[in-house]
Amino acid sequence: MTQNAQSLEDTHAKLEDLIHLYGKSRRIAHDEMLSSGDEHLIKDHWVPLMQALSRSNPEALEHKNHEARRIMRESGVTYNVYDEPEGSTRAWQLDPVPMLISQSDWSGIEAGLVQRAELLNLIFKDIYGEQRLIREGLLPPEVIFAHQGFQRLCVGLYQNTKHAIFNYASDLARGPDGRMWVFADRTQAPSGSGYALESRIAMSRVMAAEFRENKVRRLSHYFRTMRSSLAQLSRSSRSDPLIVLLTPGPLNETYFEHAYLASYLGYTLVQGADLTVRDGKVWLKSIDGLSQVDIILRRVDDSFCDPLELREDSHLGVPGLLQAVRDGSVMVVNPLGSSIIESPAMFPFMANIAKHWLGEELKMPCAATWWCGHEKERNYVLENLDKLVIKAIDRRFPSVFGGTLSQQERETLRQQILATPYLYVGQERLACSSTPTLVKGQVVPRRVLFRSFLVAAEDGYNVMQGGLTRIAPDNDSFVITNQSGGVNKDTWVLTDQPDRQVSLLPDIKKVLLRQDAELLMPSRSAENLYWVGRYAERSEGVVRLLRTVLGKLSDVTEYHDEMDQACLRKMLQALTCLTDTHPGFVNPKSEAIFTRPEKEILAVVFDSDKAGSIVSTLNALFYGAFNVRDLWSADTWRIIDDIGEFLATVRAKKPSFFGLHNHIDTTIDSLMAFSGLTQESMSHESGWFMFDLGKRLERALQVIKLSRSLLCDVNGELDEQLNIEALMSTQESLMTYRRRYRLAGSAEAACKLLVLDELHPRSIAFQIVKLQGHCRYLPRQVKSLFNTHLNDEEKTLLHCLTSLRLSDVNKLCKADPKTSQRQNLLALLADIESSLFSVSEDISHRYFSHTDHGRQLAPQQIVEDAD
Amino acid sequence: MYTISHTTRYKYERNVTVCKNIARLIPFSNANQSCLETSFTIVPAPQTTRTYSDHFGNKVTYFEVARPHRELIITVVSQVDVKSQSQQDLLLSTIPWETVRETIHHAKDERILMVRDFCLPSPLVPIIDGVKDYALSSFLPGRPLIEATNDLMRRIFTDFKYDPTFTTITTPLQEVLAHRKGVCQDFSHFAIACLRSIGLAARYVSGYLETLPPEGAEKLQGADASHAWFSVFSPSEGWIDFDPTNNLIPGDRHISLAQGRDFADVTPLKGVIYGGGNHKLRVEVDVRRA
Repeated sequence: MTQNAQSLEDTHAKLEDLIHLYGKSRRIAHDEMLSSGDEHLIKDHWVPLMQALSRSNPEALEHKNHEARRIMRESGVTYNVYDEPEGSTRAWQLDPVPMLISQSDWSGIEAGLVQRAELLNLIFKDIYGEQRLIREGLLPPEVIFAHQGFQRLCVGLYQNTKHAIFNYASDLARGPDGRMWVFADRTQAPSGSGYALESRIAMSRVMAAEFRENKVRRLSHYFRTMRSSLAQLSRSSRSDPLIVLLTPGPLNETYFEHAYLASYLGYTLVQGADLTVRDGKVWLKSIDGLSQVDIILRRVDDSFCDPLELREDSHLGVPGLLQAVRDGSVMVVNPLGSSIIESPAMFPFMANIAKHWLGEELKMPCAATWWCGHEKERNYVLENLDKLVIKAIDRRFPSVFGGTLSQQERETLRQQILATPYLYVGQERLACSSTPTLVKGQVVPRRVLFRSFLVAAEDGYNVMQGGLTRIAPDNDSFVITNQSGGVNKDTWVLTDQPDRQVSLLPDIKKVLLRQDAELLMPSRSAENLYWVGRYAERSEGVVRLLRTVLGKLSDVTEYHDEMDQACLRKMLQALTCLTDTHPGFVNPKSEAIFTRPEKEILAVVFDSDKAGSIVSTLNALFYGAFNVRDLWSADTWRIIDDIGEFLATVRAKKPSFFGLHNHIDTTIDSLMAFSGLTQESMSHESGWFMFDLGKRLERALQVIKLSRSLLCDVNGELDEQLNIEALMSTQESLMTYRRRYRLAGSAEAACKLLVLDELHPRSIAFQIVKLQGHCRYLPRQVKSLFNTHLNDEEKTLLHCLTSLRLSDVNKLCKADPKTSQRQNLLALLADIESSLFSVSEDISHRYFSHTDHGRQLAPQQIVEDAD
Repeated sequence: MYTISHTTRYKYERNVTVCKNIARLIPFSNANQSCLETSFTIVPAPQTTRTYSDHFGNKVTYFEVARPHRELIITVVSQVDVKSQSQQDLLLSTIPWETVRETIHHAKDERILMVRDFCLPSPLVPIIDGVKDYALSSFLPGRPLIEATNDLMRRIFTDFKYDPTFTTITTPLQEVLAHRKGVCQDFSHFAIACLRSIGLAARYVSGYLETLPPEGAEKLQGADASHAWFSVFSPSEGWIDFDPTNNLIPGDRHISLAQGRDFADVTPLKGVIYGGGNHKLRVEVDVRRA
């Protein structure tokens, strides 16, 4: 036997082992890999992948599992989970064994979905148009009229759009005949395409060899179609329409995806408050002023989109948006009102509609569904409650599987159905299939659901060549949702022909070039960046001071030196001032706090309820950064995510004083990395200027506070020297100070370095110069011919810099004999501090002021006099 | 022929920088009335106005005022020619209400299919306990629809106390039923709930009622008010109005403004404002025969 033949034999045996083991734990009739008749017969399209997997040992497979998770985590792919403490995000679980769909299977699915999308689009246009379906008796009126998603105010709006339903997603599972069946339609704001893309990117790394070996269809075509179709939808004559992605915000479960898609597609990510309607047009409030929006890709549910005409309690929408749609000045996709198409009550009527309107049979089977508005169907549902999934036609309550209900619950449900039967359907539960999944290094079967994505193009609907595959957490589980922690897979649609190699690169280039002038910074994002800058600097400053404090504290405990003691006291007071956590160490009730400062220090660090504590500042930093998730590079986000992890850790378990040093070092590392990355990898445009403005302003304010605590009181020379060294060390300036002044260290020298020196990156003067520079780069409302016009904040900054330059260091450091304080220095610091506050206010006013919410006017009530 | 003048005045504590509003203040025209002319004045003048007809056939005005203002005044003056519905003929109608219900739910006629929207609960008229029993005391087996509805109206007029201090527009129907107090809007919503609870189609009508001064006295300017009543559907007669606040079938003294499933579909004026602080609202209505 030759070596080759030997290894071939081996591979064969291993594959048989794998299949044998897999087949043993198989629970349900249909399996994606094994044929239905013979349980050891593997379907052709799975052979190459399984051969490859069978060659690896369990450890190697498990390694792939870890690798997949690591990549997803590092890319920050998360899914927000409700019912858990705020901000709880779950990393996207990715199984390294893809779901495979053969070419022949896929072509059937594709044709079926395209037909279904066309049909749903026609139904949608009819519901919001002539309503022939109701008039001609093809749909019972209640199916439409009783559905909460039927927006009566949108009737008549969509007749001139060929494909009003732009995005369509379909939930599929194997039906009784082993074909894919539809069990739900998604048209409101279908999510998942971004997750599918991110899963693919991760998989092409984890399973690089297998990916190359199998001919896998690409996802990129779908996104390119989306981009070009969306651009063509614009009714304005502008060649480069402004397209925004409207998100409900960071607390939404799929916020990650919104941010991800926005940056992938090159659209501005906005929240409702970023937009405003004026003169029947939608405008983006950016720091450059108002820019007209042409297309809104929405992820906000339709009833929340306009508090003027739709849900009045919504804070996620844009008042007047519906009027702008009515005026035709903006396109919203999917259109407002599209959630009605998701109704499972459509299912039983679709075959008939297809016959009447298209003259076709439905190509795609869908789960048998009985609408309870009809008597015969209602009786069937009531008699078979335990076999059916009971759904509300408009998701006003979650679906329930009758079989899992207690006798009493079933009776309650029966009564509910009888009271308003038209609100319910009963749907058969699809058998589903199982598919190979990696669990603890073994390939085992798991029940699987699939979501497919379609996008409208000029020539009809395009299907993403892949999709989102979700599997049940264990072998017996039926329930598959991301909320309850499902696992996801990449989906490989296989082809015999090598797929057309379409690179996204030229397209991306075009988009980038076009967006160059267009990518606008919403005022809200600018405000967030400004505050992220301030919080980052604040935490860094406080943590540095804390490190110096801890050093001093251990000196004191060890040597009991009185001078150290006095210095520690000053530093603790500085800590309270810097964090604004009064009273703390300033005017405490008892002196004991200075001998046993640990408790207060721990509170200043970890007490998240204490405004100003390090943890609460880091929290603010984290949420501010999360709010502009789309603006950070992958590496920067990883650092932010680390900060999030740190916060979760200390929230779970309050650390002791002994662990403090470690925590401080980790935090400083993260903050330094954050600082470095933003400096080096964020492009220096409006967003960065906002961020750095925040940092510079905060740093100047910190130096002011610290100088006031440690530089303004006149004590003995040695005392003063200790205080100055502490000050320098918190400001990373000790080396410079020692080098420059060697033996001649003095208050004057310190004041020169930290207050007046325009070349020292830690000094107040340096920050002012930077602030002046940044202000010049920000968009200006007044454009003066000679560019000599100064905004209010620029005037204030000029005043600060002039004061600093005209100061005489000797005069500043001269002590007042009565108070033993450096009154001149105190006065200068106070002046600069209040000036900086007004700079902050002016900037807020100029660039962020239009971020306020409108509110409802009391509607006019009818109160008449009785006759 | 009437001239109706309807003035709404919002006074704000502080400047409002921008407001966006939706008004349903222009009377519609149908078989019973025609609105011949309307003048719509907004002070300060809006930057943007749009008018269109909504799904229920109501005339809607959208407007934006995008300059600082402390007061917003909307004045609508309309000329409406009203033909009264013939009350004698109505009460002669003998079709039992059950037959009407059957027709509404089984007819294939598209006019009737579209009416089914008004059989369903709506945002301000949900399904609540006790309503059906209340309705059935009037809707006795075999009783003609109009006669039964007339009786329902009479009972509401008798059982419920008119009390403008008790309810606001947000008072739920349960409260109205529990305390048997309210204003025209509440009585109409309650009647609509009754009719829908037994499978009939009912809708809400907003409008005006001409008030007559006491004998010999001069009619006061602005003494009239907005009013509301309900309408029930009969396949043979179409929509028939009933005014439960005054226990009468509207004749030529009722002028319709807008119609819908409930008040939420016909709110005369609503809006979103930026700034403003607290605000005060004053409404003046004047209905005069021309």
